Amino acid sequence: MSNLFDLLVAGLATGAIYALVAVGFTLLWQTSQTINFAQGEFVMLPAFLMLAAMHAGAPFWLAIILGILLSMLLLGLAFKMLLVDPMMRHGVLPLAIATMALAIGIKEAVKQFFSAEASPFPSIVPTGDVSILGHAVSLQSIGVLVLAILAVSGLTALLNRTSLGHQMQAAAQNPTVARIIGVPVERMILLTFLINAFLVALASLLITPIYLAKFTSGEVLGQAAFIAAIVGGFNQVRGAIAGGLLIGVLDNLAAAYVSTQYRAAVPMIILIAVILFRPQGLLGRAEERTV
Amino acid sequence: MKSAILAGALLAFATATSVHAQAIKLADVAELSGGGATVGTNWKNGIDLAIEEINAKGGVLGRKLEVTHADSQSNPGVARAQVQKALDAEPYVLLGPGYSGSVKVTAPLAAEAGIAQIMGGEAAELTQAGNKFLFRTSFGQQSSMPKVANYIHDDMKAKSVAVVWVNNDFGRGGRDVVVKELDRLGSKVVADLSTEAGQADFAADVGKIKAANPDAVFVYLNEEESARILKELKRQGVTAPLMGETTLIGQKVIELAGDAANGARGHVGLTTDAPVDLIKTFRDKFAKKYNYVPDHNGLKGYLAVYMVKATTEKMGKVDSKAFADTLHGLTIKAADEPGILMDVTFSDTGDIDRQSFLVEVVEGKQVVKQVLPKVK
Repeated sequence: MSNLFDLLVAGLATGAIYALVAVGFTLLWQTSQTINFAQGEFVMLPAFLMLAAMHAGAPFWLAIILGILLSMLLLGLAFKMLLVDPMMRHGVLPLAIATMALAIGIKEAVKQFFSAEASPFPSIVPTGDVSILGHAVSLQSIGVLVLAILAVSGLTALLNRTSLGHQMQAAAQNPTVARIIGVPVERMILLTFLINAFLVALASLLITPIYLAKFTSGEVLGQAAFIAAIVGGFNQVRGAIAGGLLIGVLDNLAAAYVSTQYRAAVPMIILIAVILFRPQGLLGRAEERTV
Repeated sequence: MKSAILAGALLAFATATSVHAQAIKLADVAELSGGGATVGTNWKNGIDLAIEEINAKGGVLGRKLEVTHADSQSNPGVARAQVQKALDAEPYVLLGPGYSGSVKVTAPLAAEAGIAQIMGGEAAELTQAGNKFLFRTSFGQQSSMPKVANYIHDDMKAKSVAVVWVNNDFGRGGRDVVVKELDRLGSKVVADLSTEAGQADFAADVGKIKAANPDAVFVYLNEEESARILKELKRQGVTAPLMGETTLIGQKVIELAGDAANGARGHVGLTTDAPVDLIKTFRDKFAKKYNYVPDHNGLKGYLAVYMVKATTEKMGKVDSKAFADTLHGLTIKAADEPGILMDVTFSDTGDIDRQSFLVEVVEGKQVVKQVLPKVK
């Protein structure tokens, strides 16, 4: 029982990070029909930007700020203007393929300019345990979970309770009508790219102390988050959150109770089942588009 | 004037060709990217350092050494292709790879070509297949694991042990020997956990270890995965003593795992913290050249080149076909060849006999607790 509790906490912490990344997937899809197959690499890169800032002499807190700002510039603004906008007019598939190429490019560039070897990365959360219901739970797991929940709650509040969020929803649901009623659709789309860049930078900050900074570390994350987004519902932020948490927990339970070798197969099996029996995802709605 | 320039150019070309022809060509295939990048990079740097030293002193039998490096991407399939390509260039000796799985699939190619292969793999089975051209730079598992099991049973007094291993040739080989030895000694294996190469998340595995509540944990993973599991063991508050091999307490692991590596113990055939003057000198030279302290793979690469030098000088000629026969049964003394760092004897199977060390990580540094002598 104690083992199950530990596994659930660890799974939720990992799942919360998957959720952050999966939310980014859904945001980009909803507003610009971008399926970003470089999303995993988007999580990997900010850690290296922060490491570069630290190597240049910046303290950790400043490196975090610089890393997030640079990520928003490169993975938000530059990504949209230099890749998404020119490719968009050619359709969804060429754009998806272009993001695959971008993933390879980011990986190779990090390998070339930093190292092919893993690097340590400091944790924003101190090590240590706290007792919850008689179980020792690591502060790191709790910290990851809390920060991820705060980020997602903030995003949900922004989307549902502010004028800006309503404009983003309008731009996603029907850009033509949104333009007619005066919503700056292009600016709203750019905003979702910047939000996605912020979310992946936050995910990078939380996961890299555990996974280590390595040019390949985005592969696992990108795949897990993609599956989470589809399982939860590609057209719903809440679906991506649920999908992320579900995949994180199931991955841990599968590793513990099924087999480490087949752990990667369990999310895939769920993915296939969802595609077959509920293609809109667990919390998604058929043919609805909203953020 | 034109003819003078032409004559000069021809002379320069002829000289360059002559120097090239005289050089002894070595081919290295190593894990320069992928999961084994730490292994391969250290190995490569060790090779380059040794070659630079040897060439600065006039080379081997008056001939310079040259090496080509190829990247196996830590993938046995790529390693096989790279080794085939390297062998097509007819090197004097093949160096690498470092991963046992890659050695396993490339060794038949080198043997077929009649080229000696000096590698970094440690899986027990590698030198048990009758290959007459394969040589180790470090202990095979059949030599090191009994020492590990003895230490867990006798010194750690562990009656129950969790064994965590990576599911590849290296990990499986070590796991098989250590489990057998622990069983023989009477220590019960209460958790036998296989993990995947490149695995990032060890939360579930550590959860299983916690549930098994062992007296000691034996960790046998590659370097990066070792660092990740050490961090996770600390995160989940596992306090059982940790024992492993070189891959648990290497410099790179300590750098990656930070505080989480403290207290981990391991049997190491090679360590740059060994109380051996020649190794200390090597460590200083390496750190000066590359700005970091190497792990045991840096030592392995360095030793591989000095094995080539000592064997060739023993033969008195550069003869790739006779190389393997000469190295079998050869004892190289550090007093005669300082680059070999410690006295070493090679068996007829290509295994080595050399002194080894029991190490503990204390405040981020390897501290040698015991020196285990050469067996023969």
